[in-house]
Amino acid sequence: MITPTIAAMDTTLIEQLVYMASAFFFVTGLKKLTKVKTARAGNRMASIAMLVAVLMTVYLVAFKGQFHGDSVEAIKASIPWMVGGLVVGGLIGIFLAKKVEMTEMPELVAFFNGMGGASSLFVALATVVAFGSGAVSIGSEQTLSAFKGGDISLSIGLSILIGSVTLTGSLVAYAKLSGKMWKNRFGPVGTPGLNILLAVAAIGLVVFGGFLATGAMSTTAFLILTAVALFLGVGLVVPIGGADMPVVISLLNSYSGIAAAMTGFILQNNLLIVAGMLVGAAGLILTQIMCKAMNRSLSNVLFAKFGEDDGEKGDTEYKGVTSTSAEELAPLLEAASKVIIVPGYGLAVAQAQHKCRELGDLLEATGIDVSYGIHPVAGRMPGHMNVLLAEADVAYEKLFDLDQINGEFKNAEIVIVIGANDVCNPEAYDNPASPIAGMPVLDVWDAQTVIVIKRSLSAGYAGIKNPLFERDNCLMFFGDAKQALEDMVTEFKDL
Amino acid sequence: MNMNLWIAALETSEASASSGTLPFYLIGLWILILASFTGLEIISKVPPTLHTPLMSGANAISGITVVGALYCVFSDVGTMAQVLGFLAIVLATVNVVGGFMVTDRMLAMFGSKKKGGKS
Repeated sequence: MITPTIAAMDTTLIEQLVYMASAFFFVTGLKKLTKVKTARAGNRMASIAMLVAVLMTVYLVAFKGQFHGDSVEAIKASIPWMVGGLVVGGLIGIFLAKKVEMTEMPELVAFFNGMGGASSLFVALATVVAFGSGAVSIGSEQTLSAFKGGDISLSIGLSILIGSVTLTGSLVAYAKLSGKMWKNRFGPVGTPGLNILLAVAAIGLVVFGGFLATGAMSTTAFLILTAVALFLGVGLVVPIGGADMPVVISLLNSYSGIAAAMTGFILQNNLLIVAGMLVGAAGLILTQIMCKAMNRSLSNVLFAKFGEDDGEKGDTEYKGVTSTSAEELAPLLEAASKVIIVPGYGLAVAQAQHKCRELGDLLEATGIDVSYGIHPVAGRMPGHMNVLLAEADVAYEKLFDLDQINGEFKNAEIVIVIGANDVCNPEAYDNPASPIAGMPVLDVWDAQTVIVIKRSLSAGYAGIKNPLFERDNCLMFFGDAKQALEDMVTEFKDL
Repeated sequence: MNMNLWIAALETSEASASSGTLPFYLIGLWILILASFTGLEIISKVPPTLHTPLMSGANAISGITVVGALYCVFSDVGTMAQVLGFLAIVLATVNVVGGFMVTDRMLAMFGSKKKGGKS
């Protein structure tokens, strides 16, 4: 009479109402998260919804024990595991959230996402293992679907499949984002052929484990499924380039929501289905928004059209590039009346956001109009640059979207491009054959002078040459973004 | 509504809908579809500024699976299942607590500014 899978629908009215309130606050919180003014309150609301749900569950399991036959010992014994798990996980979460640098945000989100996927996987596996070893276990001649019903069998299989893919996919994304892994190929891993093979095997195992295999064979099938799906997760993400990771995390985030919803079907808990599918759907929309921002279709991202070799794409030879120095730039800046700063990935990597603000403040102090043009995918994930500049205390009203700023470049004497490349490449307009053709870009070349701060002339993620650097009104200032900005600040002060 | 479908299934070793009420998975599918549309609808318009915080906030919500994990740590389901359940709780809680906290950290930086021009 023992099972870890208990129907939440077995609870009384009040308990149902509490879960319902939690679902309500999840929806409202998520809604509020989409507006700048209410975002923080929305996040708090969602976290309170989570707290309520967790406390309710702990209460139901530990104190009412109604889900658990009448085995008082088992109920008592479960309390330290529950509390211990929450405390340990909570402390790790607090530690990671406190110590992370804002520039490392993309990889942290990827890591957290992997943990969510792993959790769904483990819940499903715990259920499978319990069916095999609990007091009421599956008969040796019985299929899981006969034992538990086809819905539970299918949910378990899908939960394992999606949870596993989310786990390893997110970990690969984490490794790529944190620069621990650049390769896009490891032997056959990640080739379309192998991925298709793994996917077919995984689906076959979902069906076999849930509906065809009997007794212990079912458990074994699900364990093999876990291994196959873990491999599949790696294979799906390995071939995708680092710049596309935000899209991938967003999609994996959606998967982790769906995995949670599937565990909701296993445990027959409405709240898991509601919250899981909210995230599942929201993740899909976010994925779509990000694809749009990068001018890529989802299939183009997933089946890697460019950046599919091990880096080293296209020899980018430049002629007639004008290079400059901080000393030359200072008087130029002083003479300007309107300056637009275009920060990019390089600024994020160099953690130069504070220096950037310092230069901006300095220019403003001398009466120069300073604004910031933010490309939707500037930084290391969409919206990341806004977070970084907010961290550096750059005022909100100085940040402008692509659409808002593009008409302004022609009025600016100087545009300072910091560690950005593809987002201001005129090829997007000029060359229909270019991989970035049609991508919305910042028209920085409209300004009188464009200063590009960059480490070298190497290509950006698109792996293509940027003719902007050869233009007459473009000055290249080679160097690390932070150092370069520091030099400019020093020289400007010395004027 | 048959509140004891699950228990009944345990005792009779087969899921029966003999009571003439909807089985859970059908109700669950209704909820799934409606929740999906809700999710699609509320995220449809979001300024680029919030892409990162929204993603990390939504990510934290997906840690809801912690609720499921809490059901999985009874001693008499066997040690193996119990350990898996415990791990599930730990990992989901990392996701939840870390996700909400880091989102709050990001949004606090936005909040310290005067709320002006969009994006």
